[in-house]
Amino acid sequence: MKFGVVVFPGTWSDKDFGWVIDRVLGQELRYLWHKDPDLHGVDCVVIPGGFAHGDYLRCGAIARFSPVMESVRSFADRGGLVWGSCNGFQILCESGLLPGALLPNEGSRFICEWTHLVCERTDLAFTRQFQDRPVVRLPISHGQGNYFADPATLSRLEQAGQVVFRYSDAEGRVEARSNPNGSVHNIAGLVNARGNVLGMMPHPERCAEAELGGEDGRSMFQSLIEWGLEVLTA
Amino acid sequence: MSLGLDDRALREVALTREEYEAIVRTLGRAPNSVELGMLGVLWSEHCSYKSSRGLLRRLPSSGGRVLQGPGENAGAVDVGQGWAVVFKVESHNHPSAIEPFQGAATGVGGIVRDVIAMGARPIALLDSLRFGPLPQSRHHFESVVAGVGAYGNCMGIPTVGGELYFDPSYAGNPLVNAMCVGLVRGDRLMRARAEGPGNLLLLVGSPTGRDGIHGAAFASLELDGHSEERRPAVQVGNPFLEKCLLEACMDLSGAPGVVALQDLGAAGLTSAVAEAADRAGAGARIHVDRVPRRELGMSPYEVMLSESQERMLLAVEPDHLEQIRAVFESWDLEAAVVGEVIAEARLEVFEAGVECASLPLDLLTRGAPERHLRSQAPAPPATFELRLEEDMSAVLKRLMASPNLCSRRSVYRQYDHMVGNSTLVLPGGDAAVVRIRDTALALALTIDANARYCGLDPYVGAQIAVAEAARNVVAVGARPLAVTDGLNFGNPERPEIFWQLEQAVAGISAACRALELPVVSGNVSLYNESEAHGAILPTPVIGMVGLIDDASLRLESGLKEEGDFVLLVGLTRDEMGGSEYLRVIQGEVAGPPPTVDLRAERAAHEFILAAAAQGLLRSAHDVAEGGMLVALAESALNGGIGVHCSALRPQSELGLIPALFAESQGRFIISAPSRTMPALQSLARRHRVDVELLGLAGGDRIEFEGQVSVGLGELRALWEAGLAPSDNVGD
Repeated sequence: MKFGVVVFPGTWSDKDFGWVIDRVLGQELRYLWHKDPDLHGVDCVVIPGGFAHGDYLRCGAIARFSPVMESVRSFADRGGLVWGSCNGFQILCESGLLPGALLPNEGSRFICEWTHLVCERTDLAFTRQFQDRPVVRLPISHGQGNYFADPATLSRLEQAGQVVFRYSDAEGRVEARSNPNGSVHNIAGLVNARGNVLGMMPHPERCAEAELGGEDGRSMFQSLIEWGLEVLTA
Repeated sequence: MSLGLDDRALREVALTREEYEAIVRTLGRAPNSVELGMLGVLWSEHCSYKSSRGLLRRLPSSGGRVLQGPGENAGAVDVGQGWAVVFKVESHNHPSAIEPFQGAATGVGGIVRDVIAMGARPIALLDSLRFGPLPQSRHHFESVVAGVGAYGNCMGIPTVGGELYFDPSYAGNPLVNAMCVGLVRGDRLMRARAEGPGNLLLLVGSPTGRDGIHGAAFASLELDGHSEERRPAVQVGNPFLEKCLLEACMDLSGAPGVVALQDLGAAGLTSAVAEAADRAGAGARIHVDRVPRRELGMSPYEVMLSESQERMLLAVEPDHLEQIRAVFESWDLEAAVVGEVIAEARLEVFEAGVECASLPLDLLTRGAPERHLRSQAPAPPATFELRLEEDMSAVLKRLMASPNLCSRRSVYRQYDHMVGNSTLVLPGGDAAVVRIRDTALALALTIDANARYCGLDPYVGAQIAVAEAARNVVAVGARPLAVTDGLNFGNPERPEIFWQLEQAVAGISAACRALELPVVSGNVSLYNESEAHGAILPTPVIGMVGLIDDASLRLESGLKEEGDFVLLVGLTRDEMGGSEYLRVIQGEVAGPPPTVDLRAERAAHEFILAAAAQGLLRSAHDVAEGGMLVALAESALNGGIGVHCSALRPQSELGLIPALFAESQGRFIISAPSRTMPALQSLARRHRVDVELLGLAGGDRIEFEGQVSVGLGELRALWEAGLAPSDNVGD
């Protein structure tokens, strides 16, 4: 599986994704510089966390205009896998590849901590290894992860089953108490209708090794690798 | 008025009449206004250390692993396998007093650039914060935390540790000390020596504005009613720009033609150029008209003194200029040639070809006459009488909920402490542990001080700061390697303040020698006083780096398994002076602080390290403020497992209160499975360390039969709410 990791000047999770892809899982890695529209034939585009252009205005508002995002958009239109985490999720929403927006956290503080999530779509290339796992554990780290969509969009998303992750407690109960940032319907991640563009606030790359406190993130990479073996070599 | 300059003009540049006269004598003429401004900032206490440098020479700064001691942008220590760790602590107290968010943010930005200048990639931040009591200080406290977070989070550098205290002495002058730790291959370690006449000086990053002019001088004055007017002397941070600077500098690490990297901090271009040229024994010529500006009509004086943030200076070989500039351009950074290295050891400033300043470098960097200040010991601290409380459970609950002992989670969750995929032990324990990828090595990082002890006895208090930082490092299974010190004091012109400084430096020096810890970098911040609240408590902050050879053997503070033995290492004495018990329960700060026996301290460290290396322990935790019972409660809460102990039977003279709450040094709470107990006991005998069985891990209470019994859930709720707004009203 060849992963392309998009790098804006203010991206910082690029190297963490790169570490997991290359050193932990031994997959092919290519960094994709924001000024370069060439995706270099990757199978999956990762848009990692960070503050793409400082994001003093609105997270991801400038990044959407970069040359690489033009290519990512047409790659997604052709069914290519696009995986945005944290700032990557914000950029996907700003780019219109996913609906809704990420507002400042309720309480307007930055939050870095482990969260529990229920995964409601385990049929996706990103999440197939989460089958039979009612609750997964991944860390968040953001100041603007409060997902918002207007009621009409929200009900369309819910009906189509596009919500992939919701914040929950350790037992999988989705309640206001287990919502760290005020997201509507506790939404932590969602997918487009076609199922090839996933955005999520948690950081899967930070939990791909046991010594970092958890390995649930690794399962997402492995889902993609497994999918790649089936689909790309078929 | 024989020298033609009135006192007001001198005060403007923070020079004394005597200093001015020394300048005129050396130059053989009166300095012009640009020269006077440059001398003023470089001779300020903040830059010249004129009051403290005589004392600082006493600190041990060498050792087998030291690659770079004081005198560079940061210190560096060899950690093996070709890696060097670079680190330094720096204060940003006065800016944070005036404008807490930006003051704290730019404090982080400054210390990060110091590490970048050594060619190292910053891998961790720590912060030591002190404020007046809550709720009055809430705005300052929360704004500083937000500012620290805003900068580090945006840059993608994890903030992995820190400390936070509240005391009335900081009400008018909070302390914000930030420490940055970086990693670099030993052979890529840079030194900021602008060598080679003819080499070009390249100024990179933010355009220069009028912000921060006289910041260094401002830091060398007490805060007063007019300090608010100095708000323009506080800079505004742009962490995104600094992230770009960081990446560009990393791209250039080891690149041909890069001679030196130097951060622009206090005293801006003047200090950066003077220091970089002086270290190389060379000189420099600056053309101020070539400096990119963000404002029109700036004078040479303003350009040379501006403290605009996010700027770096490089010395580069002319042949490689274009390749180097191309790297900065790829990160959309402006890089301008603003001058060149010259052979003669002078700093010359030109505007449009006309010379506007020309000063010998040694006058600028070393000319400030050392000040020999008078020192006088104050009256000894007040004595106290222990009031005997009945209900030890109630005392424990009050201590755990108090602002100085409660959980810091609400603070560190605002900092990204995981980015970099290397934080093995997260904040909330003793020291943070950060792995060095592709090796089995890991670094243990901590920052520590106890100003209350220092207020009672600065010599002992400073020793304790070193000993406790070392215990934090040892408690995660790491060997302490080296120290960076942040010395925060009041106005040294007052003899009792200078005495505090003298005593504290002597204490750090004694402890560092006994524990074989070189001080490789540091910072001095004086004049921390305010009209309303007087001088701060003497606050020597100790940042420490330790090394674990095999990261898989690291320890954490939390209990791990039900049924494990829970033990106290080290001797408890009747030492209640300066304790949290005394302050929280009796409302008193009195008595002598706990004694320090550095030999016993070291023996305890060696015992823990040997036990950790042999895999005999399941957890270890430093016993510090609050004493044994507080440390035990922290181990229980961090592990989510209770402790059951039979009644404590303290030795004859020792009462129950000291047994539970004395803050005797050299102690740890450890836990171990029963099968390792024999090995542990013989190891303790060999190291001549006292080990006392307290009880067994298990259940959901902290219990000493008939003496203490508190449910973990109840205690956790109190502990975690200790900094929440509603609970602190009337604190």
